[in-house]
Order: sequence, then C-alpha cells, then structure tokens
Amino acid sequence: MSLEFSGPAKQKIAALCERYPDAGSKKPVVLAALHLAQKEFGHLSDDALRLVAATLELPYAHVYGVATFYTMFRREPGGVTTIRMCTNISCMLRDGYDVLAAFEQKLGLKKGESNKEFTLVEEECIAACANAPCAVVGTKYFLDITPAKVSAIVDELRSAPHPEGEVV
Amino acid sequence: MPTDRTTKLVSARFGDDKARTMAGYEASGGYATLRKALAMRPEDITAEVKASNLRGRGGAGFATGVKWGFVPPGSPKVHLVCNADESEPGTCKDRELIYWDPHLLIEGMIISAHALRAHHNYIYIRGEMMREYVVLAKAVEEAYQRGYLGTNILGTGVTVHLTVHRGAGAYICGEETALLNSLEGLRGQPRLKPPFPAVKGLFGNPTIVNNVETLMNVPLIVDKGGAWFNGLGMGRSGGTRMLCVSGHVEKPGVFELPMGITFRQIIDEVCGGVWKGRKVKAVIPGGVSMPPLDADELDVPCEFDALQTDERIKPVMVRPGEQFNLGGGKALRTMAGSGGVVVLDDHCDIPKAVWRIMKFFAHESCGQCTPCREGTGWMEKVARRVADGTGKPGDLELLSSIAHGIAGNTICALGDAAAWPMLGFLTKFRADFEAKIQQRAA
Repeated sequence: MSLEFSGPAKQKIAALCERYPDAGSKKPVVLAALHLAQKEFGHLSDDALRLVAATLELPYAHVYGVATFYTMFRREPGGVTTIRMCTNISCMLRDGYDVLAAFEQKLGLKKGESNKEFTLVEEECIAACANAPCAVVGTKYFLDITPAKVSAIVDELRSAPHPEGEVV
Repeated sequence: MPTDRTTKLVSARFGDDKARTMAGYEASGGYATLRKALAMRPEDITAEVKASNLRGRGGAGFATGVKWGFVPPGSPKVHLVCNADESEPGTCKDRELIYWDPHLLIEGMIISAHALRAHHNYIYIRGEMMREYVVLAKAVEEAYQRGYLGTNILGTGVTVHLTVHRGAGAYICGEETALLNSLEGLRGQPRLKPPFPAVKGLFGNPTIVNNVETLMNVPLIVDKGGAWFNGLGMGRSGGTRMLCVSGHVEKPGVFELPMGITFRQIIDEVCGGVWKGRKVKAVIPGGVSMPPLDADELDVPCEFDALQTDERIKPVMVRPGEQFNLGGGKALRTMAGSGGVVVLDDHCDIPKAVWRIMKFFAHESCGQCTPCREGTGWMEKVARRVADGTGKPGDLELLSSIAHGIAGNTICALGDAAAWPMLGFLTKFRADFEAKIQQRAA
C-alpha cells in the first residue's frame, strides 16, 4: 500500500469510530474517511479506497461501492477549488444556465471538467433557491449571480481558493 | 386561529449573528426549556407534542407525536436522527435554520431524545452544506462543553449523545430509510417498508427520523404547551410554516408564515407580486415532487390537509378523462411537501421547466427499482425532445404512460415524486405541450 493517512486524519477517524457504539463495526465512518482521503490525496484512487478499506476493516468492494454512489467523491484528480453551480428549477427560472455558460467561458472548462485550479460542476439544487441563481464553493455561497458577476467571482476564487477539503 | 405574519417561532433569531454561539443563544433564553424538559417524564413530553399537532416539515406532514408513539415501549436502544439532507428543489429553509440557530436544533434534539429515551443520536447533514456543517459541528462541541450533551446531563441522570454525520451528495438520502443506510455506511438506497424505522431503523433499533424545522419547534411546544402551539395553526396542523419562495416573484425569500396562508397572499402580499408586472402561470406548492397549481387555484390555503383535499384544486389525470387513483379511488390533488413554493410566470416555457424537473429525477434515481431507474431516464429523454420542439405525435401519451407505470410501483417515494409532477403538469398545462409538438409539425 502506497498511501497513508496523516496523523490528524488518523486521530479524527479513531475518534469518529467511537461515535457509533451500536453499529458493531467501523462501517458508519466510511463517508467521513472518504471525505478525509479525498482531502489528503486530492481524489479517490484505487489505492485511496484500499487505504480506507484497510483502516476501517471493510472489504474493498464495499468501499468502492460507496465511493461511486455519492456525487461529491471523485475518482479522478480535480481542481483545488470546486464550483458547484446550480441549474435546477429555481435557478433555471432566473437564467442559471446563462450563468453556467459564463463560468464555462471564463474558466475555459465545460461543466464536469477540471484544470489544476478549478473543477466546474453543474449541481442539483443547493438549497439557496430564494437567492437564485446560486453556487456553492466550499463554505462560501455566491448568491443572486448574473453572468456579469462571474468574472469577478472567478478572480476572487483565484486569489483566495476555497477547497472543499477545508471542511473535513 | 392562525397567527399573524409577525409571529416567529423558529426564525426568531434570523439575522442575529451572536445567536449562533452558546453565549448568544443562552442570552436570548436558549436552553431554559431544556431544564424544564429534563424534569418532565418522557411520556409527558410526547403527550405535549401529540397535543400540539406538530406535523413533519420535511415533506410528508405526518403527525410528529404519533410517529414517536410508534416506538415499541421498553425498547432498550432507540435512536433519534435529524434529517438535515434538505435537497428538494425549491426548498431552502433548513439550511437557513441551521445557519442562524444551530443551538435551537440541538436543544430540540436533546428534549426529543429524552422523550424517546434515545441515547445515541445523529444529525445527517447534506454533504454540500459545508458552511452549515462547520456551524453545527461547533455548536455541538459547545453543547458538550457546557454539559447539555453527554452522560448525566445537568445531574439529571439523562444521557444524550449527538453526532453530526456528513453526507456526500445524493438527493435520495433525504428519504428516511436511504438516510439510515447512508448513516450505517452503505450506499444510500431505500429499504422496503415495513418494518418502519420507528420499529426497526438504525442498526436494527427503533429510530425516529425528524426534519430540522420539526425538531426546532419542540422546545417551544414544551415551553408553552401543546395546546398553545396547536392554537396557532389551522385545522389539524399546529404552529407556523417556513416557506421558501423562489422563481418569478419580485422578492423571493425564506419566510415564517401563518399555517394556511393562501398562495395569492404569499405571492402578492409577502413577495411583492409576480416579477416584471407579469401574471402567474403555475405554482409548485411544496418542492418539485408535488403537482403544480394553476392560476385559478391560488386561493387555497398552504396547509397539509387543504392541499390534499380542497376541491378547488383540480385532480391530477393519468390522461384526459381518466383520473389518477391514489388508492381506493382517492384523487391526487397536490401536497404541502417541503415548503418550497416555486412561482412560474405567464412567459414561462412550461415544457422546458418540466424537462429540468425530469432531468433532476433521472439524475437522482438510486437505481434500485426498475420502474424508477428506467422510467425517470425515459421521461427525461421524451420531455427533452418535447421541450426542444422535436417531439413526436404520441409523446404526451407516452409520458403519461411512463409516469403511470412508475407511480406506486417502487420501494420509495422518489418514483412517485417524478411521476406526480409529470402527470400534474400534463393535466393542467396540456396546451403548452401540444403547442410544442404542433410547432414541429408546422
């Protein structure tokens, strides 16, 4: 095995394993461990999944099955900052697709693509519908976005990245 | 009598940045009710919640006290789980509630856990709510430090533990049995019911799953009494309602409003009317899973029972002349759902909006049941070509047929949630779809 969790990550996982005393296994910690692995290694490679499986004493197949079910986990490298731009109904009704197109143009990326700095995701509803169109970037929300505001948002994120891993 | 519009029960601390901290919350009266509740017998708390007619604010509107009563008496291990996986399109209240008043949720959970004799309890928060996770994790830590969580709380002998559990992106985890599977570290796929979670839920133990807003109402009910709370509401629905208004209104927002306010009042009086001086074409009353209202149905009250039974709301049809049967011949009108009110104006391209809704369900189907897995993708494909103006004659009948084939034939309600709006929009806005198809023929 080529990967290892950092000391703080190991401690965090060990502490979380105490929080589910009725589970009879470490299985409930798998989402948290995958979030941590993605933070530390950037994406969930086969080796990262093996590490999570070994750490939690779970079959690799189980961890693989979980990692590929949830949309926030990525199996390929991505950008430092992930922009999750909603286009669901409330955002669509207020030109969210035009905002998404403006992000694509400014970043030079299609939705779903990444470069070193950014990953652009067309997201389903992020629960900020009263301020549509909206995007979530780590712990930061961008609300009432218009295509004209996109350039400044990207410049801001370029100078102050908001990786999702900071939350874990 | 319903409250006036200034009554704020769960949104009273909105806008107060200090309320997020333990000191600020306590300074505004927070955790005072907890002391009262810990001195009460668990069954007396449940009795107050039953008397309050508090109904689940997540979507189904089930009576909270009745749900609690389903836990078999004497169960050695019980869990309370807060569903903070808000992701029904058009719904944005729980995120705000957590952000502004995390300790009210925690206080509500401790009191409810005491009522249920539940020791190990969890808040399942949606993975994308990263800011709110940070807020909530900090508040839980504060509550442990202050002795409100843990063993022997305030020397009363009561034990309540609380853990914030992050999801990782899956709408289906808002469905309570999918949520429990996700909490257990599995793929978020719903379980066949029965057994219901109140009998066999998390780790095989009796488990109550309640929505954020639901639990945040509990301290007020214990403080002022179930009868008081019931008196604020309408009919068999106690309290107020958090409504999230989005789409084509002048002033969208998240508002705590009287139970039973009409949609016309919400749009015209609360939200400044339809934007750009336009008129209403359709209103989605409670998240996209719910069949829409048309412009003639805006005077109905936004209340759980009224939206299901008010005869001013036209029944959903499977096809012209054939009413959708909800079971036992019961008509499907609509439901109050999650409080997500989406307003569509008279310039709105209805088939395009419906396509976007179908795209969502196709993306979020967990894949477990064939009618939903195949049907949602098929509906999205057909709805897209209709919206694009490349639809074929017979496509509307095809959409009806697929939706009818999904409804009622899946393990969980996601299948119904996709089928009902499809049939509802076809029932009330058929001309808009037909015009798109004729446009191609021309």
